[in-house]
Amino acid sequence: MISNLRAVRAIYVFEMARAGRTLLQSIVSPVLSTSLYFVVFGAAIGSRITEIDGVPYGAFIVPGLIMLLLLTQSVANASFGIYFPRFTGTIYELLSAPVSYGEIVLGYVGAAATKSVILGLIVLATAALFVPLQIEHPVWMLVFLVLTAVTFSLLGFIIGIWADGFEKLQLVPLLVITPLTFLGGTFYSVSVLPPLWQKLALLNPVVYLISGFRWSFFGTSDVNIGVSLAMTLVVLGLCVVGIAWIFRTGYRLKA
Amino acid sequence: MPPVIAIQGLSKTYASGFQALKSIDLDIRRGEIFALLGPNGAGKTTLISIVCGIVRASSGSVTVDGHDIVSDFRAARGLIGLVPQELTTDAFETVWDTVSFSRGLFGKPRNPEHIEKVLRDLSLWSKKDSKIMTLSGGMKRRVLIAKALSHEPRILFLDEPTAGVDVELRKDMWEVVRALRASGVTIILTTHYIEEAEQMADRIGVINKGEIVLVEEKATLMRELGRKQLALQLNGRLHAVPEALQPYDLTLAEEGATLVYTYDTQGDRTGITGFLQDLSRAGIEFHDLQTTQRSLEDIFVDLVRQRR
Repeated sequence: MISNLRAVRAIYVFEMARAGRTLLQSIVSPVLSTSLYFVVFGAAIGSRITEIDGVPYGAFIVPGLIMLLLLTQSVANASFGIYFPRFTGTIYELLSAPVSYGEIVLGYVGAAATKSVILGLIVLATAALFVPLQIEHPVWMLVFLVLTAVTFSLLGFIIGIWADGFEKLQLVPLLVITPLTFLGGTFYSVSVLPPLWQKLALLNPVVYLISGFRWSFFGTSDVNIGVSLAMTLVVLGLCVVGIAWIFRTGYRLKA
Repeated sequence: MPPVIAIQGLSKTYASGFQALKSIDLDIRRGEIFALLGPNGAGKTTLISIVCGIVRASSGSVTVDGHDIVSDFRAARGLIGLVPQELTTDAFETVWDTVSFSRGLFGKPRNPEHIEKVLRDLSLWSKKDSKIMTLSGGMKRRVLIAKALSHEPRILFLDEPTAGVDVELRKDMWEVVRALRASGVTIILTTHYIEEAEQMADRIGVINKGEIVLVEEKATLMRELGRKQLALQLNGRLHAVPEALQPYDLTLAEEGATLVYTYDTQGDRTGITGFLQDLSRAGIEFHDLQTTQRSLEDIFVDLVRQRR
């Protein structure tokens, strides 16, 4: 299925170069906004909340903040990456090239996920400047980081195909992803919620991502680590099925 | 020699119900310049888009150098370069980067020498480091051609490549096309500039309302369908064609001051000698004459009108 590696490389390099051209927007802006979260939630509010599950509040929110950035940036990068050639019409070149659907996805999603992971690591390094950090399971931390970046880049790719305007491109990230992330335990542990809200929170897939990621840092989690991993893989699988359907039907790509 | 592109029973009906192509059969010969003519909405771009993989066919088959465009799409598409009708280019990339990107997309290894040659041939070398958004429309058109040639295709589709391009640039482009043909590249072009097809093409196809109306050698087409007209500027005015000249295909123009004789250049006889003799016998004198030949455009317009 993947035999035109030069094409994958071409797409990947093209997309990464785009991030390089827009360095301020791509890297500086998310790092700055995440730093602001640390200042507001970590320093200001965190001074009144000492610890959650034995972890200082400033450090507790780090995995959630990285996950918030990872989710929004993965979706934004991947959706814009495929939407822009549709918008300008240069998609014709992609469709007329000897490139399989898998190779197209690998190029775009690979680049979007790479950018997100790099950003996640930069924010992690930035966070270390504000709060003392420990990572109990660094390999699992990377596994969750990469899996989440890939999963939400796949989702972003779907959004980029679905959107027929820049407004729609922003719709899902703003109205779905960001609220789910905020409600998914970025700034708190789900265990502090009333029992009914705890059950409702478990319907939010982001809870599992943040919980798993937080576990890799501190060894404590809201839900079982195996369940977190399974849920991540389920969302990943759903996105793959969605993309397979898009390419099989030519939805918004081929008349 | 088998055709380089074989299209059989190709039909396309869009989701809206519009039938853009109706069971098209068409063979493109290796190494020729084939001009596809047709009015707006005739199906030219749909046909090209299906062959190139941009649009799905509803039925029928297409092979490119023996490779089916669906089951063996990699081999088929690898042979094709496409210059689209619209000026669809990146904006923020440099010329060099976007052309190199196209080569990579088609699975070809890096070859800066080839990219340089393509850019020089298209007078783009001095713009290689310029961002595409800073280029004029004509230069962007050249960039599209450079992208299509970046992977050394054996078949080149030019979908109205000179639309909105100035005369100078158009001439440059046709020089490139001629050079490509000389190197063995098969070229399929659609154009609204019928004089281009007349000058460039080896064969001409006319498509109208999704059907191929005619495919013919250009020379044969011009010979078979070409009619000439002899216009005589009369010394006096005629109110009607005289009875003695009725056997000839004559019309009066310019309020009877010009007598126009239409004749078939390929007929056994043009009838000019007899016509002039009969004209003299009828006592009609003229002080000037000129001949005109039907252009491909006239033929094209006639064909399209006949099908309406």
